[in-house]
Parts: sequence; C-alpha cells; structure tokens
Amino acid sequence: MFSLVRFGAVFSKINMSTVYLIIPLVCLTASIICGLFGKAIGRRGAHSIAVSGVALAFVLSLVVYADVQDGNLANQTLYIWAISGGIPFQIGFLIDQLSVTMMVIVTFVSLAVHIYTIGYMADDPGYQRFFCYISLFTFSMLMLVMSNNFLQLFFGWEAVGLVSYLLIGFWFERDAAIFANMKAFLVNRIGDLGFLLGIAAILYVFGSSDYAAVFASAPFVKEATVISPFGEWQWITVICLLLFMGAMGKSAQVPLHVWLPDSMEGPTPISALIHAATMVTAGIFMVARMSPLFEFSETALSVVLVIGATTAIFMALIGLVQNDIKRVVAYSTLSQLGYMTVALGASAYEIAIFHLGTHAFFKALLFLGAGSVIIAMHHEQDMRKMGGLRTIMPITYITCAVGALALAGIPPFAGFFSKDAIIEAVHHSEIWGAQYAYIAVLLGVFVTAFYAFRLLFMTFHGRNRSGTDIIKHLHESPNVVILPLVALAIPSVFAGFIFFGPVVVGDYFGDSIFIIRYHDVTQKIAEGFNGKTGLALVLAAIWHGLFTWPFWLAVSGAVGAWYCYCKNTALPAKIASASGPIYRILDNKYGFDDFYQAVFTKSTVAFGKLLSKHIDAGLIDGTLVNGTANTISGFSAILRHIQTGYTYHYAFVMIIGLFGLITVFVWL
Amino acid sequence: MTFLQFAFYVFGAALVFAAGMVVTIRNPVKSALFLVLAFFSAACVWITLQAEFLAIVLVLVYVGAVMVLFLFVVMMLDIDLAKLRAGFTRYLPIGGLVAVLLVAEIALVMYGSFDTGEYRAPVAYGVEYSNTEALGAQIYTQYVYAFEIAALILLVAIIAAIALTMRRRPNNKYNNPSAQVRVKRADRLRIVKMDSVLPTAPISVTEPTTESIPEQD
Amino acid sequence: MIPLSHYLILGAVLFSIGVVGIFLNRKNLVILLMSIELLLLAVNINFVAFSHYLADIAGQVFVFFILTVAAAEISIGLAILIVLFRSRQTINVDQLDSLKG
Repeated sequence: MFSLVRFGAVFSKINMSTVYLIIPLVCLTASIICGLFGKAIGRRGAHSIAVSGVALAFVLSLVVYADVQDGNLANQTLYIWAISGGIPFQIGFLIDQLSVTMMVIVTFVSLAVHIYTIGYMADDPGYQRFFCYISLFTFSMLMLVMSNNFLQLFFGWEAVGLVSYLLIGFWFERDAAIFANMKAFLVNRIGDLGFLLGIAAILYVFGSSDYAAVFASAPFVKEATVISPFGEWQWITVICLLLFMGAMGKSAQVPLHVWLPDSMEGPTPISALIHAATMVTAGIFMVARMSPLFEFSETALSVVLVIGATTAIFMALIGLVQNDIKRVVAYSTLSQLGYMTVALGASAYEIAIFHLGTHAFFKALLFLGAGSVIIAMHHEQDMRKMGGLRTIMPITYITCAVGALALAGIPPFAGFFSKDAIIEAVHHSEIWGAQYAYIAVLLGVFVTAFYAFRLLFMTFHGRNRSGTDIIKHLHESPNVVILPLVALAIPSVFAGFIFFGPVVVGDYFGDSIFIIRYHDVTQKIAEGFNGKTGLALVLAAIWHGLFTWPFWLAVSGAVGAWYCYCKNTALPAKIASASGPIYRILDNKYGFDDFYQAVFTKSTVAFGKLLSKHIDAGLIDGTLVNGTANTISGFSAILRHIQTGYTYHYAFVMIIGLFGLITVFVWL
Repeated sequence: MTFLQFAFYVFGAALVFAAGMVVTIRNPVKSALFLVLAFFSAACVWITLQAEFLAIVLVLVYVGAVMVLFLFVVMMLDIDLAKLRAGFTRYLPIGGLVAVLLVAEIALVMYGSFDTGEYRAPVAYGVEYSNTEALGAQIYTQYVYAFEIAALILLVAIIAAIALTMRRRPNNKYNNPSAQVRVKRADRLRIVKMDSVLPTAPISVTEPTTESIPEQD
Repeated sequence: MIPLSHYLILGAVLFSIGVVGIFLNRKNLVILLMSIELLLLAVNINFVAFSHYLADIAGQVFVFFILTVAAAEISIGLAILIVLFRSRQTINVDQLDSLKG
C-alpha cells in the first residue's frame, strides 16, 4: 500500500476530482451496460465489464486512499441539480479518511463478490441481470459514502435499499424470496421515514443540507429546543434519534432487524455483499459521519448504546439455535452490527468503523465460504446434513476457519483487535447504559465464539450426515470461488494488527470524526499503551488481551462448541429439551416476526381492506367522484330547462338584465 | 311652440308610431314599409339636430338599400302569413308591460340621477355651417383607420352575403372552357377497323349446359 | 327649443319597442332583424342628440360607423336567413330551437 503513494503521485497530475467522479460512474456504466445490453454482450461480456468496472473503481479508490494519506482532503460540489427554497440539491464529494476507508472496503468486497459470482451464478439464467444489480449496488453505496450533503446521502441510502430489494427477490419465482424482499423493503421504510424526518429537521434547524455547514453550526444549536407533545426536547437529540432510526432500519438493529435473516433468500454473493459487508454498514457509517451531531446529544448516544447492546447479545443467542448455515451467519451479522452500534454509542466511532472494516472482510469471507459449501452440497443449506467436509474442501475449510477465528475474536485475527477495542471502549464509557452494554458485549463474546465454532464443527468436522450419493460427488469449488475466499482471508488475518495502531492509538481518521474530549474513550484506551508504537503496540495489545475477560470467554465458547458438536454430539439435543421454553423462545426469534405479523401486518391489511371498501369505493368513488358528477348532471338536468333554444326567451332574459342594470343606475 | 319643436314632435310621434307598427303588424311586407317610415322620420328628427349628412345617409343607405333588401327577402321567401302571427296577442299585454316599465325606468334615470341641466344650450349653427364638411374633417383625419376598417367590413359583408347565398344546383349544366380548349382528337374520336360485311343475326343467349351434367367418374 | 331629455326619451321609447319586438315576435325571423334595426336606430338617436348638445362631432362619426356596421350586419343576417329558409323551409322562430342543449 505504501508503494501506492508513489503510484498516486502519477495520478496527482490528473485532476483528482476527475478520479472521484470516475469511481462511482464506472460502476454505474457497467451496471447500465449489463442491464440494458445484457443479451447483446452475453455472459462473458457481462462479467468482464462488471468485474473490470469494479476493479477499476477499487484501484482508483486505492489511489484516492494514498492521496488522502498524503493529506489531500477534498470537499467539492460538482453539480447543482436544482435550488428550491434556497436549499441547493447538489451532487458533491467529501473525500476524507472516513469516506475513503469506506470506499476501499466497499470496492474491495464488491470486487471479491463480483469474481465469486462468476462461479456461483454460472448456471443462473439471470446472470447479466445479477451483474447489473451488483454494479448498481456498488455505485449506490459509493454515492452514499462519498456524499458531502444530506440529500445525496439520502439518494444513496434509498438506492442501496432499492437494489437490496431487487437482489433479495432476485429469484422472483420463489414465494419466499418475494415475501423476504417485501419485508426488507417495508421494514426499511419505517427506518427511512425517520431518516427522512431527520433530514427535514436538519434542513429546518440548520437551513442547509451541506455536511460542512451543518457540522460547523452544530455547537451553536445544541441548546435549541422544540416543544412536542412529549415534552421539551433538544433539537439535536430529536435529529439524532430520527437519523438513528434510519440507521436502525438499514443496519438491522432491534426492533427493525427482522428483515435481515429473511434476506438470506437472495443469492449467497448478495448475502455477502449487502447483508454482511456493505449495505448494512451504511447505518454505522452514517452515524460515524454524523459524529459532530451525535456528540452533542448524550440522550441519543445512550439510546444508540442500549439498542446496539441489545442487538449484540440477543441476536447472537438466536444464532445458537439456527441450523441453516446462512442464517447462522446472518444472525452473527446482526450481533456484530450490534457491536458496532455499541461502539458508536460509546463515542468510539473510529473503533466502530474499524470493526466495520474487519467485519466486512471476515463476514464476507464466512458468507462466501458458506456459499462455497452450499454449491458443493448442491444448494443444501441445512448444517445437520453436512459435516466432514474438512478433507474434501480444504481451502474452503481453512478460509472459513480463519473467518470463524476472526469472528470469535481470537488473537491475532482481525476480529480480536476491533472487538476487544469495542469492549474496552464500553468499559471506559460513562454515559447512561454503559454498564448494561458492557455486560451484554462480554456475554456476546462467549456466544459468538460458540456459534462460530458450532458452524465450523458442524460443517467441516465429524462424519458426513448427508446421503451417501452426495458425498461421492463432493469436490472443492472452482477457482473463481476460491480466489475471493483467499483474497478475503488475507485481510481477515492481517487487517487487525495493521490498523489497530493507527486507528486506536494514532490519528487515522483525522478530523473526519469529531469527539468531545470527555467522551473520548478511544483516547483512554490509547493511554493504556503508554505511547508504544508499531509492533510493540500490537504485541502489547495481544498480551493485554490474554489477561482479560473477552479472550477467555471466547476460548471457553470455542471449547464449549467443540465439546458439544465434536465430543458429545448428543448433548445439544439434551440441552434443548431440558431448557424447553428458553429454546422455544430462541427458536421463535423472541416472537418478533409473529408479533409484527399479527399486530402490524394483519391489522394494516385489515385496515387497508376497510379503507378500500368504505373509504375508497364508498366515500371517495361513490360520494366524491361519482357524487360530483351526479350533482352536476342533476343540477344541469334542472338547468337545461332554461336553455330552451328560443330566441325570445333569451331576449326576455336580456330585458331582465337590462332592468337590473337600470335599477342599479336608478337607486345608486 | 317654435317650428323646430313642432317638427320634432310630429316626426317623433311618427317615428314611435311607425316603430310600433313594425313590431305589431301581421304582414311582414307592411312591417318593412313601416320600417321605411320609421327611418325616414328618424332622419327628419336628426335634421332638427343639425345632423344633415347622417340624415341623408340614413335615407339613402337604409331606405334606399337596406329596406329594399328587406322587401326583396320578404317577398322571395314563401311564407305563410296567417300562421306567422298566430298567438301574438297572447304575449301583447306582458310585452306592453315590459316596454312601459323599461321606458319608466329610463325616464327615472334621466330625471333622477342624470343631470340634464348642463346640456341645456346647444350650439345653433348658422347657414354657412356645413355638417358634411365637419364630419369629413374628422373622419378623414382622426378616424381614418377606423374608416378604412369600416370599408373592409363592408367588403367582407358583401363577400359573406354572396358566399352564403350562392349555391351550386346539382342539375345545372355549364361548360368548362378550359377543358374545351384543351381537348384532343383522341378524346373525342375512335377509329375502328372492320371488314365491310353485313352483321349476322344477334347471338341468342343460350343456357350453359356443360355444368348441369353430373360427372360420371 | 327642445330639451335634450326629449330626444333621450324618444330614444328610450324606440329602444323599448325594439326590445319588445324581439320578445313578442315568435314567428318571423325577419321581424326580429327589423327590431334589431330599431334598437340600433334608438342608440343612434342618442348619439346624434348628445353630439349636438355637446357640440362634439365625434358622436356623429360614431353614428356613421354604426350605420356601416349595421348595414353589413343586416346584409349578412338576411343572407343567413335565406340559407336557413333553404335548409329548413321555415323562418318560424318557434321552430328554430336547435340551440337547446
């Protein structure tokens, strides 16, 4: 990456803003070509264009990354679409450490997924359409992270939601897929409503949609309040809570998490790209980006913290009882997003983004690994029918093991550094709810390790539980599937200790994240390392980790999983039957789905039917629309008697008029 | 009562009488003739107002042209006179009432809110005054555009009247001179070569017999 | 000398007769046109009278134009009447009710 600095020097001759523009547009172009000319260019053409497009975006992102490391930040408006009420609707790019980090993560994971898709979707009739969607997704996500104003942020936000809808329902002939994409869309809509209201509140309070202007005036409006039916609130708290509502939808926090597990109906590359690595992190990114607002509202931070902690522990528990390999990973995603949210709530925004990055790598790795297994098993997703794949699929096994170790937070894998930092950050945090969050994330470590290794042991160890005819055909996946796994495994191992120093101790994010001094838990963590740098710092972090709770909880989780699923395989069933109601609650996912289905969906449908029958058909169509017509036709039926068509009748009316006119002259 | 006043009241009365007859009399020809009288009386009234030119124009244009047109039209149309006035008396009382009310109201306006006092002294022009000259001086200077437009309106009226009433009768026969001039020999004459033999007797139409025979195989 | 109001009253009476003529006449379209001529004449009398009493020749100029327009109007009106008679064989106002919606 440091050689890229020199490489970047070549590019500095070219106008950097052109490079910024090329990065999203190349993805959009690839998407349009694959979408509109899919048939003409064929399968090979589609994947060549899409892969080369996102590869170019990735390389250019690295160039921009190097440029930003040199200190060249940018905040520029490229195009003003319209000005309404003094508020410009503009397209602009804010390039700083935060956005460029996201750009690299997004394009890298996207590139890996693009390549993987060539193998995974090889037989699918919607091949070109799929490439169109994932390129469009990359474009949307880049627009979201590169934005320098709220309206473009909202555009990207909605665009990734739309692509997510399209991709979850990619196999649109399956009822479950249609149900899942509708669910994802509707649940996200609730969050987006809050998000939109938040943006509206920002426009109202700050009178600008530009990040820089809003953040600059944030300290001056922190005292402003709004009187609502629920008492007097600080504007900034209202704005942050509304924005966070959007983040809850997009990043699947309790109670708007229900769409994410169902989104596993989409093809596996999508689960990796959208529902693990990038789209769901939009909420985390957004809150980190809004740190200059959130910092002024401790109420909002507490809400963020508590919701994140709840998601982290309770979603992890559900992961324990799932048997579908993709769902286990999906619930782990929910739980890990909870961890990131906890970090946000504790004002450790850098650490949240750090975990976002490491998680993107190891979670995409786990998903793609799971996908690799699923292809090998001929689209069998039930872990109870797997097992013993270790020897048949060694590369998949090794890479998945790396993913599981990273997820569980075993040093020196990437997850250890970021997760440990989050736990430390919560430990140092003093805002309301921090104790609860600390306990939740600690327990979460044990549960995470347990289900991560459960997945690994059930899939790859032991005896194969599938039918005998399948085992004969089992073989390692093709190279286009393996290559991304390896490519993702490398950062899953190393990303942690490369970036731990700069992010936690150093000043990696510069001014892109704003933290009030007494909130700055990252600073407190950094103080614990007494100014160590480089390798010494990483070794100190690992050494420190070995003597704290999280490491031992993770190890015990891993050992517990080994005992239950390798040593004494009858034990889990016994525990399940012994714990009875608890197991059932977990199996029902705390009843969120049933509750929403019964309360919101059914009542909405019933209400809709009522409206359609009485209000729409009865009142609007019957009384208003047809009623207007009937009134007019009835009135004119009376009035047409005046229109006799006889000249002398008109003359008579003329005389009456004349009378009237003269009377006015006479009496006035 | 001066002569002027006398003349005004006489012609005024004649005007009102003639107008009344126009709208009440049964025969439209007589109606038109009374209208002529009405216009003539009006012209005389205008002379008491020293508007000689307009009075003459009224007689010439209306009595001489428009009324003749009316008469022509009335006589041209084949109208059943008896039917035309049926039911007339039924509406006469209410018509009269309306007329009286109208006049009463206008009189009220004139004597009530309308101050006629300031119009008391009309300028009495001498013998040397030419109304036509005065009118001409205005029309051909200040109102020259309006005058031109009026001329155009008359032209349009002429064209419109002709265009409306002219019709092509389907059984009319007329020559097309252009076609007559352009005609060629081949259009009119065809020379047929034939032998100089006597024509045989006309061929009798026979029943087609072949189709009525059913097929054997 | 004759007061202005006498001329105006004369005009008013003439006008009323014209209006009543339109109103009364239910059979003959020609009478209708004649009534319209009476209305115009009444207006013209007012114009000429005012023109004389105000010593302003403009009033008579207007009468001149009104006469022009009235002549045009009546010639077109009669032309229409003839076309109407040709197509419907009647000029009975009672039967001309195609304006009725």
